[in-house]
Amino acid sequence: MNLMTQQERLRSELEELVERLGTERSSLMPILQEVQRKYYRISDYAIQVIADLLDIHPVEVHAVVSFYSFLDFKPKGRFVIRLCRTLCCDMANKDRVARQLCNDLGIQFGETTPDGKFTLEYANCIGMCDQGPALLVNDHVYTRVTPEMVNQIIVGCRQVFGLHATQQPMEQ
Amino acid sequence: MITSTCRNLTFETIEPWAGLKRAMELGQAGIIREVTDSGIKGRGGAGFPAGVKWNLCAAAKDPLKYIICNADEGEPGTFKDRVILTDFADLVFEGMIIAAMAIKATEGILYLRGEYTYLREGLEAQLLALRVNKKLGENACGVKGFDFNIKIRMGSGAYVCGEETALIESLEGHRGEPRNRPPYPVNTGFNGHSTAVNNVESLAWISCILSKGSKWFSQHGTEKSTGLKLFSVSGDCDKPGVYELPLGITVAELLVEVGGSNAKAVQIGGASGRCVPAIEFDRKIAYEDIPTGGSVIVFGPGRDMLDVAQNFLEFMVEESCGQCTPCRYGNPTLLEGVQMLREGRCSAGYLKELVSLGETIQIASKCGLGQSSANAFLSIVKHFKEEIMGRAIGDA
Repeated sequence: MNLMTQQERLRSELEELVERLGTERSSLMPILQEVQRKYYRISDYAIQVIADLLDIHPVEVHAVVSFYSFLDFKPKGRFVIRLCRTLCCDMANKDRVARQLCNDLGIQFGETTPDGKFTLEYANCIGMCDQGPALLVNDHVYTRVTPEMVNQIIVGCRQVFGLHATQQPMEQ
Repeated sequence: MITSTCRNLTFETIEPWAGLKRAMELGQAGIIREVTDSGIKGRGGAGFPAGVKWNLCAAAKDPLKYIICNADEGEPGTFKDRVILTDFADLVFEGMIIAAMAIKATEGILYLRGEYTYLREGLEAQLLALRVNKKLGENACGVKGFDFNIKIRMGSGAYVCGEETALIESLEGHRGEPRNRPPYPVNTGFNGHSTAVNNVESLAWISCILSKGSKWFSQHGTEKSTGLKLFSVSGDCDKPGVYELPLGITVAELLVEVGGSNAKAVQIGGASGRCVPAIEFDRKIAYEDIPTGGSVIVFGPGRDMLDVAQNFLEFMVEESCGQCTPCRYGNPTLLEGVQMLREGRCSAGYLKELVSLGETIQIASKCGLGQSSANAFLSIVKHFKEEIMGRAIGDA
């Protein structure tokens, strides 16, 4: 059996990914988005490997990761909860939803639960202004969220996580 | 699925692919003439005439041209593109194919904001169907030698990427920092090639214009702002949702439609737009008066305008790309100023300084985000001095 270190495995997976998406510079965003989705972060090692494969300086990759709010160096939770904080959701009492999220998850905004399941963040306008307060759980959108709904959303995520470790939350 | 309330949209009545059929009869020059005659200006809010843009692209000597659909809808209060991409995506793709015929583009890219990832699967399925039906691909639409494909690329949560040169930077795999202009994307766009960047709504309207004729379109609206426009309405009103209304409508007329007549102010154009007080509700929503990408946020009598200024400034501080000093350092200073106003410790002299700083940001930033980042603050200071000055802590 071929034993690989974690780094070797990551490298070979990244090589596969880059082969599929292309080595030109314009493939960088799709590559990084896929790495973020799969590994919940873009590590220094991944940055180095991607830079090598695209034949650019790692700082170029680092600069891109640091620019976009959906790309992260630090590991994110399996479920990233992004509560919209922009005006319309704010006017629709997003603060109460925010407090309930903090209470139910036991973390503050910008933090990840110690079990690595949930990251809590604010998002800027997510385009649900007529149905606020709104939040995203990974790629899934919830609207007209009440403090009471927060617990259901979190429980829903935990159930999905318990059954099969996927990052897709339950259908609303 | 999450749906917004829409009312009587023209898009519902358009016969599928009628616009494309007409475009094929008209040919390259004919399409551009029709779009130019309609007078349609960019529906994202910048208001550049689409016909002129396509003409410049068509004239560019470049064997490789791109048509990009800007679906990085990030302006606070705007959600009409989400609705269009959910219910009328075929009109957008049709518009992209028409654009490709007009400028001789070989590739189309839909740049979809990361927050709308849930739309991607449906859009990919529609694109696949178009490929199967030979609307896309080699000899697309049965036109010999017309090879055209559309792919979807995702954003990753950066408001500034809605600015067309920042969007192109992002597509190229760079930080989404706006470029100096000129050169404009019509000459030096994606990977250095001639590129037309059009808003989702613009492309959908162009399908309608080809289908129903430029005269039908230009009979609506004003002389300088022709046609119909989708408005995303939210905030303190009875009937939020997406509205189709002619440009040139007054704020007051719009408020009657949406059930928000008791408003004390309306934010038009989102965080980069301006705050219109009740005494100016007779003003027109049009490129020549109050321009907008369609964001309308209604503020009822109880709203604190400093809350509005603070929320928008926090947004701008977060989303500034940081290239230009006035935008990068100016907006945090304005935000600090709002905090001082809130606590009632801002002198009239310092407020004047802040206004002057805001005006500097307007003229000394290079992209649309920077230039308009202080608009909301400035219009609130201008119109609501009574409300924001001389506060005691706890006042609202």
